[in-house]
Amino acid sequence: MSAVAARIRPDQNPQAVTDHPAQATITMSAVNKWYGKMHVLRDIDLRVNKGEHLVLCGPSGSGKSTLIRCINALEEIQSGTIEVNGNVLGRKGAKVDHIRRDVGMVFQQFNLFPHLTVLQNCMLAPRRIHRATEAEARDKAMHFLEQVHIAEHGHKYPAQLSGGQQQRVAIARALCMGPQVMLFDEPTSALDPEMVKEVLDTMIGLADQGITMICVTHEMGFARAVAHRVIFMDRGEIIESAPPSEFFGAPKHERTRAFLGQILNH
Amino acid sequence: MIRTFGLPEIQFILEGAKWTILMSLAAFIFGGALGLLVALARTSAIRPLRVAAACYIQIFQGTPLLVQLFAVYFGLPLLGVNVELWLAVVTGLALHASGFLGEIWRGSIEAVPRGQTEAARALGLGYFARIRDVVLPQALRISLPATVGFMVNLVKGTAVAALLGLTEMTRSAQLMSNITFEPLKVYASVGLFYFIICLPLTLCSARLEKRLNAQG
Repeated sequence: MSAVAARIRPDQNPQAVTDHPAQATITMSAVNKWYGKMHVLRDIDLRVNKGEHLVLCGPSGSGKSTLIRCINALEEIQSGTIEVNGNVLGRKGAKVDHIRRDVGMVFQQFNLFPHLTVLQNCMLAPRRIHRATEAEARDKAMHFLEQVHIAEHGHKYPAQLSGGQQQRVAIARALCMGPQVMLFDEPTSALDPEMVKEVLDTMIGLADQGITMICVTHEMGFARAVAHRVIFMDRGEIIESAPPSEFFGAPKHERTRAFLGQILNH
Repeated sequence: MIRTFGLPEIQFILEGAKWTILMSLAAFIFGGALGLLVALARTSAIRPLRVAAACYIQIFQGTPLLVQLFAVYFGLPLLGVNVELWLAVVTGLALHASGFLGEIWRGSIEAVPRGQTEAARALGLGYFARIRDVVLPQALRISLPATVGFMVNLVKGTAVAALLGLTEMTRSAQLMSNITFEPLKVYASVGLFYFIICLPLTLCSARLEKRLNAQG
């Protein structure tokens, strides 16, 4: 365990603790990952409490996307453990699909199913996994499509929608499975600037409902508005973790200051 | 006595055409089913399965159809299975088709963007649902031109069965040519019949492609 990571304990986060008793939804301990010889995650220790909103930032290649992709086992880890809602990943016979059902994910490239309509995109997983009836799945899909303000496009195919609309559908699709945790992997990076706001507003709305969120993003306004903690990663390590006021107001680490200087002053 | 090439002769050839169509259909259905398994094995996460499927594909792509048909026709009795000629031919054609379709579909499955499977996995969908609901519908669309191209080849490939003595369309034509001494007329008609059989395939595929593309 690196010295830096060891300092980072969610119980140091007053905001999250007062809102929610320290009940960890996700616990990563001593997680290491290599791509071949490249060490992309180094001794990651991270606890995320129920209802906590985390923003992960850092230069490209710092491992932040890889980190959240490990949480729902889209990436394998070589050592350490990840526990999600009491299910431990990284052990033989881990019920990966069970973990994935508790964890919703939104991708940079939306990844909607192009051969299915918006409604069908949202109904597929509940139909197949929860064995929901057509009507149940449809009701649920409509509920979440309304929440992201896109219900009127339910019959359309993804290619007929704008990027912002597609990303909102992707959020609704993930919500249809009733996840306890939502992971966002640079959800606004592939969007035209005028569409960023509609997606961020949707995410802020979601945050207000108290769902646990981990979000990889460079939208620092979003981080200030909803994050309980902002985490800075560099070269596969967690360098700094602090509530936004502290993180932006008085970053402790030199690399954090350099990074913030680069993305905030342009 | 030399007969003229008239209606009865054409009817005889059309009898043969029935065989051509039936054989093609059977080969496509059974070869398609087997080919799907081959494609899934070839794209599987399990290495031995991938290797086995690769060998299978290599064997059927690397040897002539005629040799494959002979191997099945003369090979099955060696294994103690005595089958009728037509069954041996259909088996051979189906195996041949499974190798080629397996490779075509492997390519299409791999051409479906990675993000699609990832999104399906992230939703918690298991392998079966990922393949059936997410990957295959998209792979089908990608593979359509190549699949239809292969089907057309398969229809024409059934002509090889004539060399084993099965009276399909080409063999019927040989017989008619022998008794009428009008090879040009006979083979021209047969060529036309093959064309007529293959045309709807191509037309259907063009229409299907258009419809699938409309989905964006």
